[in-house]
Amino acid sequence: MGIGHAHALYLHGHSRIHRLAPPTKVVAAFIFVVAVAVTPREAIWGFGVDAGALLGIAAVGRIPPRFVAARLPVILPFITFAFLIPFIASGEQVEILGVSVSQEGLWATWNIVAKATLGAMTSIILVATTEVPDILKGMSTLRVPAVFISIAAFMMRYLELVVDELNRMRMAMAARGYDPRWLWQVKPIATSSGALFVRSYERGERVHAAMLSRGFTGTMPTIDDAAPAPNDWAVALALPALGIAVAVAAMVGT
Amino acid sequence: MHAPDGFLNAGTAVATGAVSVGTVGMALRQGRHRLSDRQIPLAGMTAAFVFAAQMFNFPVAAGTTGHLLGGALAAILLGPHIGAVVVTVVVVVQALIFADGGITALGYNVINMAIVPAYGGYGLFVLFRRVMPRSSGGVVGATGLAAWASVVLAAMAFSIEWLFGATAPVSFAQVFGAMVGVHLLIGIGEGVLSGLAVAAVLASRPDLVYGARDLDRSEIANRRPAGMRVFAIGAFASALFFAAIVSQFAVDNPDGLERVAEDTGFASSGAEHALGGSIFADYATAGIGNETASLAVAGVAGTLIVLAVGWGVFAAVRDRRSDAMRA
Amino acid sequence: MTARAVEVAGVRYAYPDGKQALNGIDLSVDAGERVAILGPNGAGKTTLALHLNGLYRVTEGSISIGGLTIDDATLREVRRRVGLVFQDANDQLFMPTIREDVAFGPANMGLTAREIEARVAQALASVDAADLIGRVPHHLSGGEKRKAALATVLAMQPDLLVLDEPTSGLDPATRRELIELLTTIDVTQLIVTHDLPLAYDLCPRSVIMDGGRIVAAGPTRELLADAALLARHRLEMPFPPPDATLPPSSGTSPTGEAGDRVDGER
Repeated sequence: MGIGHAHALYLHGHSRIHRLAPPTKVVAAFIFVVAVAVTPREAIWGFGVDAGALLGIAAVGRIPPRFVAARLPVILPFITFAFLIPFIASGEQVEILGVSVSQEGLWATWNIVAKATLGAMTSIILVATTEVPDILKGMSTLRVPAVFISIAAFMMRYLELVVDELNRMRMAMAARGYDPRWLWQVKPIATSSGALFVRSYERGERVHAAMLSRGFTGTMPTIDDAAPAPNDWAVALALPALGIAVAVAAMVGT
Repeated sequence: MHAPDGFLNAGTAVATGAVSVGTVGMALRQGRHRLSDRQIPLAGMTAAFVFAAQMFNFPVAAGTTGHLLGGALAAILLGPHIGAVVVTVVVVVQALIFADGGITALGYNVINMAIVPAYGGYGLFVLFRRVMPRSSGGVVGATGLAAWASVVLAAMAFSIEWLFGATAPVSFAQVFGAMVGVHLLIGIGEGVLSGLAVAAVLASRPDLVYGARDLDRSEIANRRPAGMRVFAIGAFASALFFAAIVSQFAVDNPDGLERVAEDTGFASSGAEHALGGSIFADYATAGIGNETASLAVAGVAGTLIVLAVGWGVFAAVRDRRSDAMRA
Repeated sequence: MTARAVEVAGVRYAYPDGKQALNGIDLSVDAGERVAILGPNGAGKTTLALHLNGLYRVTEGSISIGGLTIDDATLREVRRRVGLVFQDANDQLFMPTIREDVAFGPANMGLTAREIEARVAQALASVDAADLIGRVPHHLSGGEKRKAALATVLAMQPDLLVLDEPTSGLDPATRRELIELLTTIDVTQLIVTHDLPLAYDLCPRSVIMDGGRIVAAGPTRELLADAALLARHRLEMPFPPPDATLPPSSGTSPTGEAGDRVDGER
């Protein structure tokens, strides 16, 4: 359920995409995903255009398709559920390879698979070309409260540290022969989780002390970055504009 | 339970999005009241803990493993508002940065994985504590039950969202039965893990357990497990209650459910026809002969969720008042 | 008469649970001095350090920094004047990039963007870490983190630096670099440490704390030459006691005690 090492998701580069101001990319990604989500599923051509646009951006950003594909499996759990739908759904049945499946169900599966894949691709390419701290700061353009963003930033800063600590605890237990298979053997895992919570909380208190020591009074100081160049907005918004055009055309067409 | 983009229809995405934004906004403000300038580092650090804890499997049986959801645990340790904020941050970052869950699905993902488990879990925790002894053991027992129930509530919320926003002709009954049935079992792992984790925290830093604030030193020292009898009664009663709801689908004779439908006012000769095609996704009620029955179940489940979440919010507000008076 | 850099008078402190941590501390430090605070674990050294910028507040007694007594009204200025460098550098590097970490203090002081930029560059240059500016804290080595943490505090241009176990966990070469760095920083320094050779190298004057009290004070060389005194307070020099004719130690020497750190360098 998620990968701990966010830096592995970023591919260093100096492409036009990399150099776009992060807020423009975050907004563009968000609007594009919304456009994809409202695109009628029957417009298969539309999803093809969307996918092509994303791959085009990946190419400009020098992100190999293999890089994107390698990170797509995160959507597998729900896709698996989606593939079950035609077998359990009601409605008019069709025969596929001798098996009777729901036609509506097939469309539903396509709907989920297409949109999930495009949504995931968008996120993967965004993160590949934009460093996580910049993405988080860019969220303020989407009117996400500053406190929320600060909390997220702290979480990302310390995530790998906490994951490392948890790994060390697990290794220490394994070194003492702990190899649980059943729920009733779970106590050491739970106890170490409790201990990890305490350690994390105490570190939070120490960080707070460090913040106070450097003059913190409750609000994070805003270190304002320059507003993105209008040119950046124009370039970034091309993608969602295309997505919206596709969605509208598809809706009008059906 | 990280639903992808397009899983539910646009109307549902927007409506749940509005509810999530409003609730989390409130939670942030309340969190600030409680933690003041410590909110950012503490919430950030515990969000890292929840994220990390979610990543690691725990064994369930013979090779199968499970994952912690953590909403109820976070609420019991940190208080429901901060718990809700912490898990929301995890869910949002998972969607945006790790492509785990759709960005347009955040509305319902946040409700299912953060809001319902944190507030609903806390509300149930408060109720369970009333029937448990006033001791560490009682807190642990209440945590276990509440965490288990919170997972089931989340599954119910998911199913109700499907009722409104389904994108496939799979009936609410099928989804509800499958989701709730499965999570009744999965929730056991969540309950056990959460209870034991809280026990560990109580042993070293009881002051860090929000849900045990009211206990004095001697009560905390009493680590005897909540009377097994009390625990068993609580667990059995909850299981019975959930099972009663789920089992209605298995009942061939719909009389029991129709009776419920009549009593709750869903049934009337005209209503069945009118409700069938209106606000509920054509799909979600399709495939089951008795639309009224599934709506009745949805109604009961929905009421349960609203009650649990509402109780959690109410309890948190009451906590704040009593803390202020004691200060 | 100019005020002392630090004036600790009759300070007592008890934790909320009642445990007495400081039992009457009197200490004066002049501007420009470097003083080491030595003592066994649990002596109250870190607790005292955390009082010096108002993170802990005295139960009895008073502390003044450059003549300014620490109380609610003066906290902000005190925290500008006192730069506290924590034991675990990770606790001080909490922003996404080093640049933002070093900028955090000046930004809280209300400086303009240009001034902040200048302070950041200056602070990093003074610890010889200008190349770390764009880096992510998690990926830095232990020594780099230590230098970056020092920079975050120097950016506020403090009058007093309080360092808590600055060499613990460092390898000998990095430790030597840090010691040399501290000699170039022209700010009054109070160094809490187990690393006796560090005290010997860097601090002409030392105090020994034990049980919340100062049990010995004086020129570092004298204190460290008194093996019996050291032993009474669970301290020990790693090599035979120095005498007045020996030059300051050079080359490698053991680092601080292993095992009193929670985690390693990462």
